[in-house]
Amino acid sequence: MLDTIARLVNADEKLVRRGRFVDTTFLLAIDNADTLIRVQEGRITNVTRGPFITPDYSFALRAPRDVWQKFWQPLPPIGFNDVFALVKQKLMRVEGDLHPFMANLLYFKDVLAAPRKEGGERQGKR
Amino acid sequence: MSPRFEPIAGRYLPCTLLGEPHRLYVEEAGDGIPLLCLHTAGADTRQYRGLMNDKRVTGHFRVIAFDMPWHGKTSPPAGWQEREYQLSAPDYIKLILDVCEALELDKPVAMGCSIGGRIVLHLAHQHPDRFRALIGLESAPYAEAYYDLSWLNRPDVHGGMVCAGVVSGLVAPTAPDAGRWETLWHYMQSGPGVFKGDLYFYTTKDGDVRDKLGEIDITRCPLFLLTGEYDYSCTTEATLAIAERTGAPATIMKDLGHFPMSEDPEKFIGYLLPVLEKIRAL
Repeated sequence: MLDTIARLVNADEKLVRRGRFVDTTFLLAIDNADTLIRVQEGRITNVTRGPFITPDYSFALRAPRDVWQKFWQPLPPIGFNDVFALVKQKLMRVEGDLHPFMANLLYFKDVLAAPRKEGGERQGKR
Repeated sequence: MSPRFEPIAGRYLPCTLLGEPHRLYVEEAGDGIPLLCLHTAGADTRQYRGLMNDKRVTGHFRVIAFDMPWHGKTSPPAGWQEREYQLSAPDYIKLILDVCEALELDKPVAMGCSIGGRIVLHLAHQHPDRFRALIGLESAPYAEAYYDLSWLNRPDVHGGMVCAGVVSGLVAPTAPDAGRWETLWHYMQSGPGVFKGDLYFYTTKDGDVRDKLGEIDITRCPLFLLTGEYDYSCTTEATLAIAERTGAPATIMKDLGHFPMSEDPEKFIGYLLPVLEKIRAL
């Protein structure tokens, strides 16, 4: 799912505009597989897969694969539609320097949800 | 041609609330049984505009909503700049009773959502004889904070944007875009620290009503519960637990979240009308 996140985010002009002041690298962990995602002026400019020895990032979101899979369904099951829903159920951990995340919450929520569009596209093609 | 106003009238009522002078902003529409509507934390009366514009509701009920002090068009009391706003259960209860007195309401129905859905449980417990019936929308007896609330009020994070960002996932993903974004706009307009101050009541022992549920007597004041299936703050499980402890009827609303009356008024009213029918028959 992460293969397409840069394309999906960067193609969404309104989302890029919402994140125009964002300049950070965050870490997304699916099980123990870490990926670093670099954001500059609202665009995703780099997606680097781990493993890393000394990963440098502001904040990290960590969840098991099955949780991310449900979260990325075009219409997620109840309780899986929002990162805070997952955090509340202790299915996701958000850690590190949360300032860029909280200061740009609406932006990052849509960035994280972007792979849902891919699922929608795939279903449309069937 | 004369302008076609909505049937909602908004006015200011000078009155004493919690022992201090206020200009209380009140909106109302309709005639009949008074139905006092309580908005969610960090929001205001606009959440109920769908209800106030629906003749199926206003034909039998005088729908009234007020902006709590510090919210919407009810300014905080003089000297607010020296204080930190923090809502407590005793103040919230007294505020509602003060408003009922100021508006000269005789045994109204009170309907509240979220913090309002919590306070109706306190009212059911402490003041059942003051109300004809109580309706809890998104009612949970207790809710634990699941993020650090200090993010909601600090100078290096835009308060409106973070408040809207925090609650955005509580709107059902199936809600119409217009309803979703208007609901979030209300949050974006909240004053600094107001949402956080309301959540003191919501997320601490102060507003916790779990150990009082067994003492709520719904024969003294009928209680009705309606909760959206996508609400992960006031969960459906929490609402059903209240129903089990109190005997109050509970309905889980499909395709709705934490703000049913503003995220999708039409769908919400479909669930509310049968409850209002029952209240009319009391």
